[in-house]
Amino acid sequence: MNKFSTLLQNKMKNRFLTFLFLISCCNLIAQNNGQITGDFSLNLQSYVEDAAINAAAADEVVLNNAFLNLTYSSNNFIIGLRYESYLNALLDYDSEFRGNGVPYRYAGYTIDGLEITAGNFYEQFGSGLIFRSYEEKGLGIDNAMDGIRLKYKIGKGISLKSFIGKSRTFFTYAEGIFRGIDAEIDINETFELENATKYILGGSFISRYEQRTNPKFIIPQNVAAYAGRLNILNGGWNYYGEFAYKINDPINSLQENQMNYASGSAFTNSLTYSQRGFGITAEIHRADNMLLLSERERTGKAYIMNYIPTLSKPHAYTLLAIYPCATQAMGELGVQLDIFYKIKKGTLLGGKYGTKLNFNFSRINGLEGGYSILNDNQNHTPALFDFSQELYYSDINIEINKKVNKNVRYNAVIANQTYNKDFLEGKTPGEYGVLNSTIAVLDLSYRIKKGHTIRFETQALFSKQLETASKEAEGDWLMVLAEYTISPNWFFAIQDMYNYGNENESKRLHYMNLNVGFLKGSTRFEIGYGKKREGIFCVGGVCKLVPSSNGLNLSITTSF
Amino acid sequence: MKKTIVFLTSIFFCTTIALAQEKSLPNIDVKTLQGKTINIQDLENDGNPMVISFWATWCKPCKKELNTIAEVYDDWQEETGVKLIAISIDDTRSMSKVAPYVNSSDWDYEVYLDSNSDLKRAMGVSTVPHTFLINKEGKIVWNHKGYIDGDEEELYEQIQHLVTKQNEK
Repeated sequence: MNKFSTLLQNKMKNRFLTFLFLISCCNLIAQNNGQITGDFSLNLQSYVEDAAINAAAADEVVLNNAFLNLTYSSNNFIIGLRYESYLNALLDYDSEFRGNGVPYRYAGYTIDGLEITAGNFYEQFGSGLIFRSYEEKGLGIDNAMDGIRLKYKIGKGISLKSFIGKSRTFFTYAEGIFRGIDAEIDINETFELENATKYILGGSFISRYEQRTNPKFIIPQNVAAYAGRLNILNGGWNYYGEFAYKINDPINSLQENQMNYASGSAFTNSLTYSQRGFGITAEIHRADNMLLLSERERTGKAYIMNYIPTLSKPHAYTLLAIYPCATQAMGELGVQLDIFYKIKKGTLLGGKYGTKLNFNFSRINGLEGGYSILNDNQNHTPALFDFSQELYYSDINIEINKKVNKNVRYNAVIANQTYNKDFLEGKTPGEYGVLNSTIAVLDLSYRIKKGHTIRFETQALFSKQLETASKEAEGDWLMVLAEYTISPNWFFAIQDMYNYGNENESKRLHYMNLNVGFLKGSTRFEIGYGKKREGIFCVGGVCKLVPSSNGLNLSITTSF
Repeated sequence: MKKTIVFLTSIFFCTTIALAQEKSLPNIDVKTLQGKTINIQDLENDGNPMVISFWATWCKPCKKELNTIAEVYDDWQEETGVKLIAISIDDTRSMSKVAPYVNSSDWDYEVYLDSNSDLKRAMGVSTVPHTFLINKEGKIVWNHKGYIDGDEEELYEQIQHLVTKQNEK
């Protein structure tokens, strides 16, 4: 036999073995109660140049983001993967997302209360003050861990989590190796207490190793952060508090005058009371030098490994979210209050169906004298509750939700927001100053007949600069939207955002958008055409800057 | 290249076989509003159908869907014995608002927190709202992405259809 036929035979053998393996896989799936679930999404966008709104055309003509998730599970066993395709990534994504690959895959097994995961996983300790690994496709964030995770339930009410791994950045992994452990104990369950008051205690510890490469400074190679949390519940009452501390971890700029050896800290506290028809939540949080990165000399969202929950209401209406709040993990002190109330049905204000009200207030300031800093030239630690006069963000708003009769319902919001544009967007002080805007929204829907509904949104934003600024302000906005839906399959929408109050008259532009969608079961197709304003787009308090664009968009999502 | 094709084709076949089955709920833990951990597979409703709806306090169509169903929920329960389970995917930013929102809204649903999105991922939910209908064997028999006004009527038809089918058996 010559070499070639041996090779061929081997190849055949290999293929046969692969085939056998896959057939047995299929059998396994069919016999073992195994099942496959997953989802797919595709987003295609073409861009045309539009000099008026400063929108660029893409060289590729069409850009593409697509994801396919597959999960196979059987009894206690699970494997999963995600195929990602960026050919090339949409303009609002980081261009580091480039090409195709399977950057997410894992296998896991649960036995006797022990859950083992090898490969990629998402994890969060407490509210995330010292560690959160998560994905948010809308923002292009995915800092999935790659490594080993163990979760263990020890008897009643005690659970342990631990892991070791590296975090994903785009198509590669950051330098830092993370080790973490988290324990939670439900006191009442563990000690079988029959108290009306319930206590849940938790603690977590994170350590990062990163090799020392800077020849000038003796940077600690292992740094740590820890946190403790307490949850007390009684009837309608709920208190949650978490306190976190980060041991000196110089980050970003390792230069003599900017080097920072100070430790960091953060806390978040919330007190909630609710009963039928009424609810209230009061929150306070503080962060000081509390940015934890997966590589110490990097900047950018992709490297952030912890999460200080943003202390403002996540708004769903466009003009309410034009000037969004984002947490300053380096230093801020904020408070928030939410009141929910439902006016009973059958009363004068409640009408036939009742009226729902939500009042929300939040205010976030900087720390007096700035965040903690310690080096050869400076040594500053802000006092615990000493906030500076520098306002970062404030929002006071009220939302009314009402069903008037069988066919008409509305949602109305009125808000006043103050937004420190210079600080929050990293501009030079005095460029844009602080903006104060009053925003009104009326969202009205009318049911024409069974399955057919028409909805109108009218939004207005009146803005003024609180200080004289060198740059021209965008000023006032108006937005109208009309949407026609035919349940369960179709929707049509047209909207126009008009920046009629721009100080620069040549920028008083319309941003028009058309959208058509078709839905069937778990599949959704949508085609859109129009212009998008340059701005900050946020999900869950994490934001990204989206460039202005003009073009056609097609998206398909489905799950199975 | 060929290997890849063989591999992908095989995955496709396996997927087709696996897809033909009715799916069960995954083995995932969620938390109650009282901080207790429960496994989603342990949910039950005395042999009656269950609806699992993914939502968030910041999601307008989700709240519209659940508020609309809340108005007719008593009738639905009476006629079909259905139970609605609302899974909040609020993360720690808005998690503390879930209980006050739910209570102030007068909802009679069972509400659970999936703040790390584990269940969301395991059930292939990419956007909210996403609604699943579960039969008495705990299998997913129908699901629907998104909510537009009137969708609750289709959901109810599906529930009624399921109840009729199960009674015939």
